[in-house]
Amino acid sequence: MTGGLSSIQLVLGDEELLVARAVDKAVAAAKEADAATDVRQYDANALAAGELAEMVSPSLFGGRRLIVVRGGQDARKDVVTALLDYAKHPDPDVTLIVTHTGGGRAKALADGLRTAGAEVVTAAKLKSHRDRVAFVREELRRGSTRGSEEAAEALLAAVGNDLRELAAACSQLLADVEGRIDAATVARYYRGRAEVSGFTVADAAMVGDVPGALEALRWALHVGVDPVPIADAIADGVRTVARVASAGRGNAYQMASSLGMPAWKIERAQRQARGWSPEGLVAAMRAAADCNAEVKGGADDRGYALERVVFAVAAARNGDSGRSGQGGPGRTDGDGTGRPTDARAAARAAAAGRGATGTRRPGGSR
Amino acid sequence: MADVFADLVGQEEAVDILRRAAAGAVAILDGSGTGSAMTHAWIFTGPPGSGRSVAARALAAALQCATGVGCGECTGCRTTLGGTHADVRMVTPDGLSIGVNEMRALVLRAASAPTGGRWQVVVIEDADRLTEQAGNALLKAIEEPPPRTVFLLCTPSTHPDDISVTIRSRCRVVTLRQPPAAAVASVLVSRDGVEADTAAWAGAAAQGHVGRARRLARDADARRRREAVLAVPRRLTGVGACFDAASALIEAAEAEAEAAVAEADTAERTALETALGAGGTGRGASGAIRGAAGQLKDLEKRQKSRATRAQRDALDRALVDLAGFYRDVLVRTMAAPVAPVHTDATSLAEAAARKWSPDDALRRLEAVLECRTAIEANVKPRIAVEAMMLSLWN
Ligand SMILES: [Zn+2]
Repeated sequence: MTGGLSSIQLVLGDEELLVARAVDKAVAAAKEADAATDVRQYDANALAAGELAEMVSPSLFGGRRLIVVRGGQDARKDVVTALLDYAKHPDPDVTLIVTHTGGGRAKALADGLRTAGAEVVTAAKLKSHRDRVAFVREELRRGSTRGSEEAAEALLAAVGNDLRELAAACSQLLADVEGRIDAATVARYYRGRAEVSGFTVADAAMVGDVPGALEALRWALHVGVDPVPIADAIADGVRTVARVASAGRGNAYQMASSLGMPAWKIERAQRQARGWSPEGLVAAMRAAADCNAEVKGGADDRGYALERVVFAVAAARNGDSGRSGQGGPGRTDGDGTGRPTDARAAARAAAAGRGATGTRRPGGSR
Repeated sequence: MADVFADLVGQEEAVDILRRAAAGAVAILDGSGTGSAMTHAWIFTGPPGSGRSVAARALAAALQCATGVGCGECTGCRTTLGGTHADVRMVTPDGLSIGVNEMRALVLRAASAPTGGRWQVVVIEDADRLTEQAGNALLKAIEEPPPRTVFLLCTPSTHPDDISVTIRSRCRVVTLRQPPAAAVASVLVSRDGVEADTAAWAGAAAQGHVGRARRLARDADARRRREAVLAVPRRLTGVGACFDAASALIEAAEAEAEAAVAEADTAERTALETALGAGGTGRGASGAIRGAAGQLKDLEKRQKSRATRAQRDALDRALVDLAGFYRDVLVRTMAAPVAPVHTDATSLAEAAARKWSPDDALRRLEAVLECRTAIEANVKPRIAVEAMMLSLWN
């Protein structure tokens, strides 16, 4: 940039996809400026200081050169010295690109190049969920398609956190889907994975996105996903938010071991936890348990049972009493549920007098 | 000395019926009468722990007894109670259900003439776990019983969900009641030599279940598990704590179940491997190996099913203890003159009763009972227990 095309670039970070992209981008720019540019790539750990001197020495024939030194963190000491010496007096015809994780035995190389005024391109691993969501949306935008935040979430849930896989999934979606990409599109695309559909439904339900949850649910059922894993996923969604929310605010990475779940799941649950009260979580978990029973024991319409739990979870989040079955006094005093009939309590106590086991009525295992 | 009916604690009415049946059976055998007090098919029903299978075994022993009354001392009585009598088959489902193949084989064998010259007896514990097809196979045998074959079915209730109406209509029903705590305690003292205080505590805590009372009185592990369960209500201080408590309860049940089945699993596997290993390596060995793999797989499937059952049973015991606690609280909120189940947790129940209305306590008791029903109906135990814990807290 500043020094015309000749420059030193430090690609700093350990996210391979971003490193590769930064290098590709530099190569493309150099070729565009001069199609005859001579591109050479080297591995830093296999490089000797003498070789390096030769690489950067002025060419007899002139012409532009682009030199990529990969894995700068593994460079030998004399190579580091040679590179830093060169950085003080760069050749205007040479573009030098050094990729570096930021750590390693040659950590000083990164610091030295930066001090010498190298252009720094960040290629660090995306640590936060928010960054990955932004990455996915940017990928889709590059394909001149708009993808909603929910779509990005759904894709992350379906594909996982690996950027290469995410990028591949995005380009696949871009190739196969016309128009706007939303959560339902993603759910439809990844329908082959039952747990994905279930988690898509659960994620939408937990953030109160009833239309999104219902659409994902209908599609999952339409393509024949079994209702049982969907019901399990909804219970898991409530459980995860409840456990993460009650663990208090904190760093997801630090909480990971005590909660026994991966950091990305904690981060997601922390975002989903907004808008939930403890009472709401109680009601939602009860609805999830009821749904589990309906889906496993012969409810006539299992799809309907799942739809109902989506509504119940959303209602519980909004603080509408999502309480199923007999209500009772919650933690708030003076609730308006018609006061408990003491006669009912008395009848049960009489039954309980025979011992709690006397009141058992198993549903049978058929 | 104690006869075969002595184990039926507090069941005078049922014992009377069974003694008359035994006498009727003798009359049929020696041709001295019609023996109308005896019949070919019986159902023993009553709450868990009331001694359904104890009663069935006692009648089986009396039918094989040399003296005809269930003396408890002759070879017929002792081999029946010990489970080695050639003409008595006990069916105890390891898994969640009893399948049709098992039932057909059983019915076939039961039709053969009794080797001891008295009766062929089939005892089916947990007849509520018959699959529909297995129930039909059994029904055929009960409808046209071979002259000397007797079926004794045990089931928690005669509700149509548990036992088909047609089977029930062809059986004589013996209803057992939940023995009072004092009766259970006195059995522990007189038969097991348990100290009176411990026996009284265990008799109440076991809620009428003799076997459970005996285990509580003798097994330190069982006592520790019960204490952990009774500590649950105090631990429920928030949403997170509820999920932690649910995990702890599930994991304890898993550990208990694993310990319970581990020994049997290993023994079965070793036995099967030994049997298969004797097959040799000659011609046709590859076919034998394929067959062996299949048999091992079958065994693993059976063992897994049994482990699941053992887990649910362990969890159910914990839930019964927990229900007992909330029942104690309920009784206190209503100042009802009823003895507590957990005599060693009265101060905790007292404290809860001061805080809660009868309806608060009732709602919690119902949450525990609903959890048991849900697990029985195949809801994932973890989900059912989590929902329960949250209801107990909130
Ligand atoms: Zn005898």
